Formats: sequence, C-alpha cells, structure tokens
Amino acid sequence: MTAHTDTRSAGWREWLTTDTPQSRAQARLGRAWAGWTAFRRNRLAVAGLLIVLALVVVAALAPVLAPYHPYAQDLNNRLMPPSAAHWLGTDAFGRDILSRLIHGARLTLMIVALVAATAPLAGLIIGTVAGYFGGWVDTVLMRFTDIALAFPKLILALAFVAALGPGIENAVIAIAITSWPPYARIARAETLTVRRADFISAARLQGASSLRIILGHIMPLCIASLIVRTTLDMAGVILTAAGLGFLGLGAQPPLPEWGAMIATGRQYVLEQWWVAAMPGFAIFIVSLGFNLLGDGLRDVLDPKGD
Amino acid sequence: MPTLKRGLTLLVTVAATLLGLLLVTFLIGRVVPIDPVLSALGDRASAESYAQMRTQLGLDLPLWQQFLRYVGDVLQGDLGTSVLTSRPVLEDVLRVFPATLELATVAVVLGALLGVPAGVFAATHRGRWPDHAIRLLGLIGHSVPIFWLGLMALLLFYARLDWVPGPGRVDVFYEGMVDPVTGIVTVDALLAGETEIFWNAVQHLVLPSAILGLYSVAYIARMTRGFMLDQLRQEYITTARVKGLSETRVVWGHALRNIAVPLITVIALSYASLLEGSVLTETVFAWPGLGLYITNSLLSADMNAVLGGTLVVGAVFIALNLLSDLLYRLLDPRAR
Amino acid sequence: MTNQKMADNTPLLEVSNLRVAFPTRTGMAEAVRGVSFTLAREKLGIVGESGSGKSMTGRSILRLVPPPGRVTADRLAFNGEDLLAASSRRMRDIRGRRIAMVMQDPKYSLNPVMTVGRQIAEAYRVHSKAGAAEAKRRALEMLAAVRIRDPERVYDRYPHEVSGGMGQRIMIAMMLIPDPDLLIADEPTSALDVTVQMQVLAILDDLCSQRGMGMIFVSHDLNLVASFCDRILIMYAGRVVESCRASDLHAAQHPYTRGLLASLPKIDERPGDLPVLSRDPAWLES
Repeated sequence: MTAHTDTRSAGWREWLTTDTPQSRAQARLGRAWAGWTAFRRNRLAVAGLLIVLALVVVAALAPVLAPYHPYAQDLNNRLMPPSAAHWLGTDAFGRDILSRLIHGARLTLMIVALVAATAPLAGLIIGTVAGYFGGWVDTVLMRFTDIALAFPKLILALAFVAALGPGIENAVIAIAITSWPPYARIARAETLTVRRADFISAARLQGASSLRIILGHIMPLCIASLIVRTTLDMAGVILTAAGLGFLGLGAQPPLPEWGAMIATGRQYVLEQWWVAAMPGFAIFIVSLGFNLLGDGLRDVLDPKGD
Repeated sequence: MPTLKRGLTLLVTVAATLLGLLLVTFLIGRVVPIDPVLSALGDRASAESYAQMRTQLGLDLPLWQQFLRYVGDVLQGDLGTSVLTSRPVLEDVLRVFPATLELATVAVVLGALLGVPAGVFAATHRGRWPDHAIRLLGLIGHSVPIFWLGLMALLLFYARLDWVPGPGRVDVFYEGMVDPVTGIVTVDALLAGETEIFWNAVQHLVLPSAILGLYSVAYIARMTRGFMLDQLRQEYITTARVKGLSETRVVWGHALRNIAVPLITVIALSYASLLEGSVLTETVFAWPGLGLYITNSLLSADMNAVLGGTLVVGAVFIALNLLSDLLYRLLDPRAR
Repeated sequence: MTNQKMADNTPLLEVSNLRVAFPTRTGMAEAVRGVSFTLAREKLGIVGESGSGKSMTGRSILRLVPPPGRVTADRLAFNGEDLLAASSRRMRDIRGRRIAMVMQDPKYSLNPVMTVGRQIAEAYRVHSKAGAAEAKRRALEMLAAVRIRDPERVYDRYPHEVSGGMGQRIMIAMMLIPDPDLLIADEPTSALDVTVQMQVLAILDDLCSQRGMGMIFVSHDLNLVASFCDRILIMYAGRVVESCRASDLHAAQHPYTRGLLASLPKIDERPGDLPVLSRDPAWLES
C-alpha cells in the first residue's frame, strides 16, 4: 500500500487475500495466509515457533554444531564450571555438557515425533469411527475411552516401563499408550458436528464408502483441533519423557538424554550445580517453545477454545 | 427418579473404570519378563516344587480365570507381598500414603489460593497486560520439569540461603518422636501437643508442596479465567452492576458464586493429578510417600509393590473424579 | 419529597449528541450516532428494530456499555449532574439508587445461584445501612407490591424455580426497592408469554406513577409503546428519526415511521399481504 512496497509482493498479497478465489488451492493458500497473519501478530507464539525450529535445526546438525563428541571423556577435566573451552561446563566424566545437550536434542525430537505420530493418529481413528457410526460402536468405543481417560497417566506410564523394561523405545510406547484418549474425544466431538452436514450426505448419495467418507471428508476436518492439542501436549510429553529418564526408566547411559543427565547431575547439585541445571534449562526452553506455539495455534485454528 | 438413575449410572461407570484399571495392572503384571514362580522360590527350585508353586499361584489356569482370581484377591485387600520389604503391599501402601496425602493436599490448597485469584484477575483484565502476564506465567509453569525445579529450589533455598530445612518430613533429630496416629506428621504433632515438631514439619512441607502446587496454579488459573469470562458476559452481571454493586462484589460475590461448582471439579481433578505428580517431587525431596515407594520398587523390579501402588493411586484418582461429580450435584441449586 | 422534585425545573435526564462506538478491525463502528432527547418524569418509549442502538442508548445512560465500547456525548446529565464526568464511585451511587434498569429476560438477568430474596435484599442494602432483618422485611413488602401472592415462599426460591412472568416481577421488585427516580425498561416484556405481558406492564405502570418516576421504555413493539408511553422516539441505525407524542403518532412524518405503521396488521381490516418495509440509505445520513 505504501509507495515503496514491491509491486510483485503486493500482487501476491492481493491474490492471497481476495474474497473470490479462483481455485481450491488459492482458497486454501488464502486461508493459510490469513492464519499466518493472525499468528504473526502473537509475538510469543512466533518465539515458540522459533524455539521449535531451532530444536529441529540443532538436532539435524548436531555433529556439526557440537564442539566435542558427546561421549568423549576427559577425566582430568571432571566437573569443570562453565568456561571458554566448555561453555556449559563438564560432567562427572569430563564430558562437554553443551555437546551432550546438542546431541540430546535428537533424542528429544525423536520422542516428540514418535509420540506425535502415534497417539493422535490412534485417537483420530477411534474418535472418527465412533462419531461417524454412532450407536453401539460409539457407546463401546467411548466407554473404553472414558475409562482410559480416568487413568492416572504418569503412574501407568511408569508401570508400563517397569514391565517392558527401561529404555527410550519403551518410554515412547508407554507415553503413547497413555495419551491417546483425549484425542479420541476431540476427534469424536468434531465428527459429530459434521456428521449430519449436507456435504457428507451428498458424498454418501454419490456412493462413497464409509471408509472413504471418514478418510476423505471427516478426518481432514478434525486435523486443526488435533494439531493444536498435539502441540500443547508435546510439552507434557517432553516433561514425562524427561521424568522417566530422571527416574532411570527412560534412556539409559551413556545416551545424552536430558532427564537422565539431570539424574546423574543430582548428586553434585550442591557443589557443581551446572551439571544438573543446564539440561533442566534445555528441557524448560524446548517445552516452553511447544507451549507457546500450541497456545498461538489455538488462537488461530481453534478460536472457540478461548 | 432421575437422581437415582444418574447415581446408578455413575456407580456403574466407576465400577467399570476400576475394573478397567485392574485389567491394565493385571496385564502389565503378565507381560513382565520376571518369572513370578522363580521370584517366589528362588532360582534353585526343583522342577517338582516349581510345578507345585505354579499351580498354587494359579498360573496354569486360563488367562481370564487368572484375572478373576486377581480381582478377587484385590477385593479382599490382597495386593501381594513386596519383595523389597517382605510385607504385604497393602500394609506398605497404607503406611506411606498419608505422607503423599499431606503433600498433595497442601499443594492443592496453595494452587487454589493462588490460581483462583490469578484467573479471576486475568479475566477482569482481559487482553491487558495482567492477562498476558498471567498467561505467560502459566505457560512457564507448565514447561518447567518439576523434579528439576525441586532440585534447583533445594540448591537455592536450602543449600545457599538456608531458608528451609532439607529433604524429608522432619529433621532427623525429631524422626519417630510422635506416634503415627493419622500418619500425617503435622496433624500427629498437633495431636501430641508437640508444637516444636509441628513447626519443623511445616517448614519441611513448604518447599515441596509449593513446587508441586506450582503445577496446579497454572491449570487452575487458566480454567478460572475461562469460566469467569463466560460468566462476565452474562446478563445477571449487568443486573448486579445496575444495582450499584462495586466491581469487587460483582466479580467475587456474583460471578464467582456461579463458577464455584465447575471450579471445585477443576480443583478436585488437579488434586488427583497432584497425587500422581508427587512421584517425581517425592523422589527429589526424599519424601517418604507413595510416589517414593513406587519409584523405589520400580528400581528393584518389585512388581507387586509397583502394581499395588499404581492401583491405589488409580483408585484414589477415580474416587476424586467421582467426588467432584457428587459435589457438583450437592452445590449447584440447578442440579438439585 | 416527590412534590418538591416534580416542581424542580431541571429535566430528569438530558441527552445531547450521544454516540456509542466500538472499535473493529476496519475502524470504529458506531452503534449510536448522535442521539438527543430530554426526559421529565414521564414515560418515554424508544422504538427500533434490533441493532438500531436503542438498548445501547439505555445502557450508556448507566455507563454500562461493555468495553471496548466508547461513549461520548455533548451532554449526558441526570438531574443536572454530568454522568460522563462522574467518578466510578459516584456512578455506583447513582446506579440502582437513582437510575435502575429492568432487562429483557429474567432467565438470564437474575443470578441463577442466589435465592431471589437475597438478590432483592442485596439491592436494598447496597444503598442503605439497613440490617439483614430490615432488608428482608422490605424485600417481602416489595414482592407483595409487585403482586406476588406468597412472598415468604418466593423469597427462598431460586430463579429457575419461578416462571418467566414472576421472574420479571421479581426483577422489577429488585430494581424498584431502592426507590430510583428513573427506570430504564429494556424490552421488559418481549421474553414473556402474551398473557402475562399485560400483567407485568400494568404493574410497571402503577408503580411508576405511584412513585412519580421517569421511565424509558425500550421496545421493538410500536403498538405497545404507543399505548403505554407518553412520548416516542423512533430509532433507525443509531439515530433518532422521529420524535413525537404518543397521541400524535398517526401524524408521523418520517418514511421509516410511516413504513412501520403501515406494516402493523389492523384488527378491523381484511388481512392482505403486509407491506415490506423499504429502507432508504439516505436515512443513515439524515
């Protein structure tokens, strides 16, 4: 609008914000643009997005970014405070804490990605099937969901890991098994609001199968709420995984998992505080990132939540 | 008799949920790669006594019969014997549970005392800086690993500043000096008239309960804000203002009364999650409650104790859900 | 006291160029756009369709326009006192005690978790130093004054336990108990059954004239207002398009008013198709 605005970018903007999109793709991009404009105005949400992106970049480039090998011991330099050589100090084996945190980002990202790829998907399938078919299918699935919802998640995850044996894979399985019910509830609620809509009836009249309607019409409409919920839950997943690691049930040594690092730093906390403090900061910042991002997304994608 | 019918539905739901919980703990007990026969007999048992023990434990029965046996045992209060303490698990759990109850209760009271006013304040200042600040603080509170915060708080307030005593429920010096009547040290000390021990116990309680409660502040504040915003839009709020009431009375006298019932549900739910969340806090503060019991049992693969503890926490969790629902009916004139 | 007030020459309410605006993404949207009128101890009807700004006019007199709405006026004075300049503390003294308001639906305007008796007694106690017993006695009297037969029993009821008509009478009792000088009735009968509408109106009318109050009666029902009020303002899109005595309504000039009058079905004529109200964009600027 101002004189020095690049005409080409102004053209793009106009194309994106038009009230009369010419194609489905344009309409979709236009809505995404409108969402982005609203999201961008929330500075905290943008900060959250940057933190999450930073986690991804750090995880991807860990070997390049880390100044030392995460397992490289240097027993002459045990428990050194932060210095020029070791920005965040060293741990009980003289390993560089910063390098271990950078490599630990990979584990955190892996846990987050695995849980985000499984629990919401399971919830989505259960919720949409229950909502779409209704009747006894709905009753059975939702009773089942309600029962699972009333379970204490953390304790059950602990019991699962205890049964399956400690380890990062089992921690992921335990977290995923205990966190699907809320997604099923959300997906069902969304399904119920569209189940009777005309476009679903139209699809059915055209002979679309139930599977096709659920996959092609209903599931896409549940995605927005599920993304918001998943993003917000990821902070909790990170904290639970770290908690399991802290109790010695998650990642096993010498893996540089942040929770386990806090556990090993615990015995030195009164003298060499940085050994336990630094991984805690990392957990805090990353999970705050997901919380801020999820909070911002909720405002954009799910305005009725406020 | 709609009340009776709803009560029955509730009862059936609770029973089904408890049964589901039992099924889960039962199945977890089956997938454990520990042979219960060997752990009962030791690994030098003869084949003969092995088979005998196997029959005695019911492991030769079909799975569903084993489950029924398990349910029957639990209903009779038999949660098995702890390998670690070689005492019945139920006895152990009942001994350590009051400590957890004490911690979680103080924590939830702190959480509600801070969370409700914060939520109300955020709602009445919607969109202005107090609202944003409380929202940000809430998100921060939900992002801090609680066990780490506990460690850091111990480092700062105990080791460096010496404002609070260290881990444990009372100073070592006072330990075992009051009879465990209720198992809640503060109450027992008061009952015995030992004010000195009482104050010591209170000082020990401050830090862990504040750290644990912090987690519920954010949740309670967030829910309070949402409920409050809903109410402040209502027409009866305008009525209260038209009457000439001060804003304080409009908010705290009229609006808050309307959200009291859902708020109690929220507080009951966060109480339940604090009982559960005490696992990590107790570990950090060496607080001899159910959480510490479960984690210690975990580390020594004492599955009877782990599953028994899980079952008790789960049952209390479900009971609190039930309680909040009952309170709802008692307190809301519209539901009566 | 009442006579002395009547003799006073200052109008009860002076409103000049009242504007209520709400910020939107595209700028300020004005809900009320320059409304002016004065009110003595009389019944003034404000008529308009929904969105015409009639309710906002009522609420801005009490300074109860919800934020972020903004109220401005060249003059907004009650008994000669500038309401826009009054402190919020002074405003609280005026609300209830001097100016009260009855709203549309008692289902929503009564606090659902307080007994109606407590709500009425509270309205009394805000503005007096009376004790609980005295407040209860006055509340029971007031319930009787709005023709509730068994005040003692109704006193302990919750709003969801009373009918709509009784709810609105309770609302009137609550608003009149501090003996205000001006009552704003914002669609007080629209949510009620036709059978109880007249009953509630009669109570309002009686109490109003007994106490010598002024009343602003906001409604979308032209017939009702014409029969109930002394004077009428017709609002359209945030402006007053017509102002006349109720008895002169048939002589109204503005095309919008004429349109409204023409669209009223008459009992003594054969019902044909009712004419559709036409709206001229020029009225927005008049």
